[in-house]
Amino acid sequence: MDILEKIISVWKAIVSKWKQFPEQVKRLTVLAVILVALLIIARSILIPSDFGEYGHYRASAVEEIIAQKQNYAGHEICVECHDDMVEIKNHGYHKNVACEVCHGPAAAHAEDPGSAEIRIPRGRGYCPLCHEYLPSRPTGFPQIVAASHNPLKPCINCHDPHDPKPPETPKECEACHATIARTKSLSHHIDVPCTRCHEVPEAHKINPRENLPSKPNSREFCGGCHAENASSPRGIPRIDINTHGERYVCWQCHYPHLPEAR
Amino acid sequence: MNILKLLENDSKSVGRREFVEKSFLSFLSLLIPKFLLAEEKSDNIKWILSNEYSPNDHYWAMGIDISKCIGCGRCVEACKKENSVPDEPFFFRTWVERYRILENGETLIDSPNGAMNSFNDEPLEENIIRSFFVPKICNQCDNPPCVQVCPVGATFQTPDGVVLVDSEYCIGCRYCIQACPYGARFLNPETRTAEKCTFCYHRISRGKVPACVEACPTQARIFGEIKKKASPLVRFLRLNKISVLKPYLNTEPKVFYANLDMEVK
Repeated sequence: MDILEKIISVWKAIVSKWKQFPEQVKRLTVLAVILVALLIIARSILIPSDFGEYGHYRASAVEEIIAQKQNYAGHEICVECHDDMVEIKNHGYHKNVACEVCHGPAAAHAEDPGSAEIRIPRGRGYCPLCHEYLPSRPTGFPQIVAASHNPLKPCINCHDPHDPKPPETPKECEACHATIARTKSLSHHIDVPCTRCHEVPEAHKINPRENLPSKPNSREFCGGCHAENASSPRGIPRIDINTHGERYVCWQCHYPHLPEAR
Repeated sequence: MNILKLLENDSKSVGRREFVEKSFLSFLSLLIPKFLLAEEKSDNIKWILSNEYSPNDHYWAMGIDISKCIGCGRCVEACKKENSVPDEPFFFRTWVERYRILENGETLIDSPNGAMNSFNDEPLEENIIRSFFVPKICNQCDNPPCVQVCPVGATFQTPDGVVLVDSEYCIGCRYCIQACPYGARFLNPETRTAEKCTFCYHRISRGKVPACVEACPTQARIFGEIKKKASPLVRFLRLNKISVLKPYLNTEPKVFYANLDMEVK
């Protein structure tokens, strides 16, 4: 009861104070209260109820975003039906290439294998997306020049995409070392076969990085053709091997695959 | 009875005690915005989405190894197909750029159709000194400028570190597109709302990897957690020389590049 009396007395004091205010202040105050009330009502209508539940955004937006349909099923699911193919693929060079890289989005096919077809790129257009020669591609990545590599023949005639071994080990070095071969073909060394300077173990063709070819290791090796007394054809540039750039080995100044380069 | 006294006191002079009481009351008004504004209430909210995924338990990031990228553009295709990104050649959530640094010091950067159909090897007059591909994607910044500028709260950062866009709430003002220093956002021509990479939030919240990571044939992209010790991404960050794009902007990107060239901007 004591509290109630207190509230009443405060209220009475406020009312008596209010009566002392000038008329214009009273009117402005009423207007201000109405405006603030309108603002609060408009805000509660316009802003969704879950806004601010987790932060300065609608909480239900996250649920809406995760409700998006998946089109890529993921490679884990393919093995459930196509275990034979996956088994073959797991032992080949394409073991880390997911099925949907070539076969396209397959979530619909995984749901309903009967009606939803997947992409099977059988033509010549698809493989070069990865395997066409581009100078920007990392060294060692297998590349071909599609225009000259068995033109018009579909890739899958010779290569099984699930286990893409070359049909036979290429005899020419340029199949893998394309950049060097192209450079050399523009140089005066065009007629020098790779094996004149590099001794290539047979196993290099199967396990290239384990069995590296040899490289020349002395000035005398180049001198075999370029020394003054060498028994090579005339017209080959000659140097005095004892004085010409004596402290250096030849390939510190001359690039053997393009010797005229500076 | 203090309030009563305050109200009855009519004299102009203000005592010390009265001054303190009045100023205390006035400072209370500072709390009004607290009730009017939508602010984050607590970081400790137990937040579990409908598919039993709790964003508080994860922290996502991506690693990109430049030396493995072959520029085949499979990631671009996968992203477009997974997220129904418009087909036109200027709408991309992820794209691949080719850098060619020439003998005269010039740098050529191109990305025909975002590398959707890979690249062509047209001959150049100058010799190329070095050349490589750089996949680009939203950096999911820890300190995202796009979120700061959104006037309506339509773009936000989830507790697992992904920056998302609420397309229902976006008003299409394009402030965020202007604010992004990486050009990772665009205005969807059909919905007229801002759009960007979500790290395939609908996939990662179901335990899958983003579509671009799934489709990368050389594992140039690695996706995973950065706050868990035993993740492949943490090992990637430990074993490689890592850089991020535009570190001086202090956006703290969560897309980490290995073997990135200095020329890349």
